[in-house]
Amino acid sequence: MNNVFALAGVVIKELYRRKDFYVLFVMIGLITLILGSVNLFNDDEIIRYLKEICLLLIWISSLVMAITTAARQIPAERESRTIFPLLAKPVSRAQLIAGKFMGCWLACGAALVCFYLFYGVIVASREHSFAIIQFLQAIWLHWACLGVVTAMVLLGSVVFTAPSSNATICFIIVVGLLFVGQYLNRIATNIAGIPGTIVHALYFLIPHLEFFDIRNIIIHDWPPVNVFAVAGATLYAALYAFMLLSIAWGIFRRKALTL
Amino acid sequence: MNAVLEIVDLRVEYPSRDLRGQSKLAVNGLNLQVGQGEVFGFLGPNGAGKTTTMNVLLGFVNPTAGSASIFGVDVLKPIARQRIGYLPELTYYYKFLNTEELLRFYAKIFKIPRGERERRIDAVLKLVELEHARKRLIKTYSKGMQQRVGLAQALINDPDLLILDEPTSGLDPLGRMKVREIIQRLKEQGKTVFFSSHELGEVETVCDRVAILHEGKVREEGRVADLIAKHQCNLEQVFLKIVGVPTQST
Repeated sequence: MNNVFALAGVVIKELYRRKDFYVLFVMIGLITLILGSVNLFNDDEIIRYLKEICLLLIWISSLVMAITTAARQIPAERESRTIFPLLAKPVSRAQLIAGKFMGCWLACGAALVCFYLFYGVIVASREHSFAIIQFLQAIWLHWACLGVVTAMVLLGSVVFTAPSSNATICFIIVVGLLFVGQYLNRIATNIAGIPGTIVHALYFLIPHLEFFDIRNIIIHDWPPVNVFAVAGATLYAALYAFMLLSIAWGIFRRKALTL
Repeated sequence: MNAVLEIVDLRVEYPSRDLRGQSKLAVNGLNLQVGQGEVFGFLGPNGAGKTTTMNVLLGFVNPTAGSASIFGVDVLKPIARQRIGYLPELTYYYKFLNTEELLRFYAKIFKIPRGERERRIDAVLKLVELEHARKRLIKTYSKGMQQRVGLAQALINDPDLLILDEPTSGLDPLGRMKVREIIQRLKEQGKTVFFSSHELGEVETVCDRVAILHEGKVREEGRVADLIAKHQCNLEQVFLKIVGVPTQST
């Protein structure tokens, strides 16, 4: 674990020395503050729209950050050749993958806390009340979702050599999983024969990222999610992240790295 | 001979990039032994298989057949690299880190205890004369300074075997002299140095033994003085004879 945390530390250092996170945070801040300062149509319920927009921005920003950060990890190491002095040390390829994952996931978690704290301050100042349990559940599940996304992108990064193509492909897949994934079983029932079976199988095979999206609960002040459901979703995310990272390791361990 | 590095019947074949093409045989039945405390020169023309052999020793490429071990441990196991230091030909380090951070990161990988870690960082920075720039980001360094960072990271774990890939390439005469001094000092400490180079004059000065590789096979191996005596010419002419370029008699 020592090597995994050492590698994760370098990933986190790289992220905070780059400007990506600060740009995203300032962008979210500006949009939310502008929206928060106007009271459209003298409607007190406008706060719900504000919450919805703010949470949507947080989701988009966190996905962009997770995908772009994870996509460049291994290809950039290979491109800049920093991978050679690193792997010439007692570091296994499994530790390299695990360290990269840990670094990206922890960095995304830290960014997520900043984004949600900002959201919390804006909402508390407008609503004068705050559903703390739902808020914490939303952060936790969002972070678990980013774990699956990060693992998926790392898998992509050992397959595709160019970070930009990997990021684009992964972004399309993630958006597809979020918006279409949950409807695949319904689509499958309308398709006859083998294609229908394939779509049905796909429904059970893909990670259902929509499980982690509880934005509606905090927007509409609904009661918190059952603690067992949260635990189940966490386990589900851990299982998928582990599976995706294992596949990434399986591909990467056989790859010849030539100077 | 107490072998620090041993290569037995090593064969490395790279698969073809296209479907119809033939695979490329980079190393073909290579056998080599390097003993404790030796400075060993690994020579050969471009494409002879030197880098591929080094890639196998460092775990970057898996052998197609045969085996290689360092201190008796199969190179396929990461722990085989616990006691080695590696200096690549060109500098490839995290440019967003400063030298101190980079060395601390590598020291953590070697599991050097915290107190010892700081002591080692100070010692290697002093050795490569980069103490004054330890807090500067590596991206702001000159090429020579970056090469010295490379040397510092290769020495951070006080290695018993140092693998150097053309260590003086791109260095000015002062830098070359410094590298030679360091190799000499390591030899005096009983460390083993395995290095590839095209600078045959330099090899003649610092190496105890050399192996000349051509088309994936060792064509000649032995003590530098013995090879010179056997062929009745200097190392450069020995090299040219072996790789097939006719030389004028001296």
